[in-house]
Amino acid sequence: MVDMKGTQLIHEYLRHNKKFPHVFCAGCGHGIVLGSLIRSIHGLGLSKDEVCVVAGIGCSGRLAAYVDFNTVHTTHGRALTFATGIKMAKPGMHVIVVMGDGDSMAIGGNHLIHAARRNIGVTALILNNNIYGMTGGQCSPTTPSGSFSMTTPMGQMEQSFDCVELCSAAKANYVARGTVFHVKKLDKMIMDGISNPGFGVVEILTPCHTQYGRKNKYKTPVDMYKTLKKDVIDIDRYNKLSEADKAKKVPSGVFVQKDEPGLEEKFYEMAANCQGGL
Amino acid sequence: MSVKRKGNSTVTIFPDWCKGCGICAAFCPAKVMELNDQGKAVVIREDECINCGFCELHCPDFAIMVRPKVDDEIPAVCRAVLEKAARKTDRPAASGGAAEKAGSGKKKE
Repeated sequence: MVDMKGTQLIHEYLRHNKKFPHVFCAGCGHGIVLGSLIRSIHGLGLSKDEVCVVAGIGCSGRLAAYVDFNTVHTTHGRALTFATGIKMAKPGMHVIVVMGDGDSMAIGGNHLIHAARRNIGVTALILNNNIYGMTGGQCSPTTPSGSFSMTTPMGQMEQSFDCVELCSAAKANYVARGTVFHVKKLDKMIMDGISNPGFGVVEILTPCHTQYGRKNKYKTPVDMYKTLKKDVIDIDRYNKLSEADKAKKVPSGVFVQKDEPGLEEKFYEMAANCQGGL
Repeated sequence: MSVKRKGNSTVTIFPDWCKGCGICAAFCPAKVMELNDQGKAVVIREDECINCGFCELHCPDFAIMVRPKVDDEIPAVCRAVLEKAARKTDRPAASGGAAEKAGSGKKKE
């Protein structure tokens, strides 16, 4: 398995007794994220038993079913809480949480900021497709203002969440933003996020053509990928732009990188110092 | 850094797994793939492939495999997928992939 790469490698990690092709729509970026996650775990040299993938509800929740790691499919918005429990009980396990934008920032928004504050050593992949894809295209906290969805047929009037700024302000250890178009950068971000000791957040911009693109003047899934290619630029280039240009672009890259120990490390150290230990 | 030469790689598409999103055909720098009349990707100019790996990385359905031409051995899991696809294409074309899948029902693990 060592010299394998690309699709051959991914096929080794899939559960072939599940129904393939997977449930995601044609052109959905979630499949690319799944491939990226598998390549990152292979690249870090972790065995299948050392990894636990926790997923919530939503399109992204299906992702955990297809990979041959320890996987948990949890209730809506509570993926991070399940992951916290797993990480505290088994600190040696690499816990990766896969959430959508609604899952992480709407119903699970509370858990996201507190997981970041606690700095628990799990890695959260937030698959941000700007919409509630699975339930029929309702607007989510990250739907950009002015864009259309099923529940905002005249355009979204509210502001949208910026996941990166939210997690940076909540003091997560590692915060990055990638896209499914820039896959090699995404691989590196996920690898860094997993190997970082504390709470790691990787926001991944992934297009949802079926629910978001159709209502927002993207004719094909390919148009959405072209937009990602055009609009998402590196953080260094973004900082050099003028204020007027900044409004049109989205920065990607690593925003926060710290080396603070995670909660589980501190907890086991405290337990060892107490009488008897654990 | 490997030299990107034309004609040194084979491109295999698993027809069963392809959903026809068109990402590979739209972004391939050498225009190796095209969508056929059924909306699925097909390899038409394999000799032009420069082995950049874009399609393999960006296929959301893991349906494309790019290998060096000398390497003849396909791993067992990938071979199983290809064989299954070959068996299906022997049947009448009118049934189509979607109809067949609906008939087979969902497998429970």
